Amino acid sequence: MTVLFGVLLLTMLVVTAVAIVRTKNLFVAVMLLGIFSLLIAANFFILDAADVALTEAAVGAGISTVLFLGALALTSEFEKVPTPHRWLSLAVVTGATLVVLYATLDKPKFGDPGAPAHQHVAPWYLEHTPEYIGIPNVVTAILGSFRGYDTLGEVFVVFTAGIGVLFLFSARRRPAGRRKTAGLQDLDIGLRKDVIPRVVSRLLAPFILLFGLYVQFHGEYGPGGGFQAGALIAAAFILYALVEGEERTLQALPAGALVALMVGGAMLYGLVGLLGILMGSNFLDYSVLSEQPVSGQQLGIILIEAGVGMAVTGVLLSIFHAFAARDRV
Amino acid sequence: MAMLLDVASWILLSAGGVFVLVGGIGALRMPNLYTRMHAASVTDTMGALLVIAGIMLQAGLSLVSIKLAAILLFLLFTSPTSSYALASAALLAGIKPDAGSTADREDAP
Repeated sequence: MTVLFGVLLLTMLVVTAVAIVRTKNLFVAVMLLGIFSLLIAANFFILDAADVALTEAAVGAGISTVLFLGALALTSEFEKVPTPHRWLSLAVVTGATLVVLYATLDKPKFGDPGAPAHQHVAPWYLEHTPEYIGIPNVVTAILGSFRGYDTLGEVFVVFTAGIGVLFLFSARRRPAGRRKTAGLQDLDIGLRKDVIPRVVSRLLAPFILLFGLYVQFHGEYGPGGGFQAGALIAAAFILYALVEGEERTLQALPAGALVALMVGGAMLYGLVGLLGILMGSNFLDYSVLSEQPVSGQQLGIILIEAGVGMAVTGVLLSIFHAFAARDRV
Repeated sequence: MAMLLDVASWILLSAGGVFVLVGGIGALRMPNLYTRMHAASVTDTMGALLVIAGIMLQAGLSLVSIKLAAILLFLLFTSPTSSYALASAALLAGIKPDAGSTADREDAP
């Protein structure tokens, strides 16, 4: 049954990918990219990778669609006339496809228990997570503790991307004095004229925030964690900004607070790592943070996940506001 | 009792499947955008309602049921809103809600 669903989803994935390449309308391409992300998220889910599926659905289908639309608002809706080197690109793509297809011949069969992925470190993680970390979600244990260096790197990549976008975009921001302060009754802003989206979005935004916090703090027990929670919390604010206008969202969570979240999240992660050294162990070893090694590990994971969530929220919302501000200049 | 629940659940799931199928056929066959949206909205409301109710009967009284109920509530709020947004955008783009029109089809004469 899983194979059947997998084949169906992958076929639809290929169809969507071809449609994305074929379409000349960039707006259609963005919508198809959202569908692509949802399909690949469903595919991850039937392969039991719930954490990855949640991230893909929140970031791929949600946030990046909004960011693409924000970028599209600054440019034209239609693709430019294709460049004349089409045969060259086709040859390169065909070559790369053949190489990848050749590489798949050596791969183990789907679900093969003897595959290297199931023989290398994965059994060790599965066996020792209850003993060392004591949390049910092994993915969070690997992400937060066993491979804490990798996640630290990912947070700093996200952080760097946020800084890069702010550098590129914030130079042309309007001076604060000229902004008119918007009242709640000013119907020209956002989608305020549309009563139904306005009412429903105002109703749902707090629950999306609540769900984001649930995903953040329930990450040790179920699918979720800082990355997914950050995307969900950012989505709630972006929804509010789309309906009520960017000004009121910036009043609720000012740009300075977003930068503080970005920097604070990355710093929190790094400082928890340094705390390990100060308490007499290695960088990012949480066992020494508490008297019991297991509860120390859990405390460390909660702290670094909070750092990840803060950094992701700050970066995504900063990027969104950077695009939105650019739109109005 | 368990048998009865299974039968009820299967009836709900099949009925939901029929509504989704009808919605899909309608979305393909209806003449213009507004009638197609009208057909597709059956999938969001009746289809989703019946399918989730069927799964809830399978899950019994548990945390899963409560989560499913939350998803259903979310769908009942969001899908009419997205339909409204789509129709409103189409109206703004200048597509006239004319019952006999096939003007917005790509294969229109």
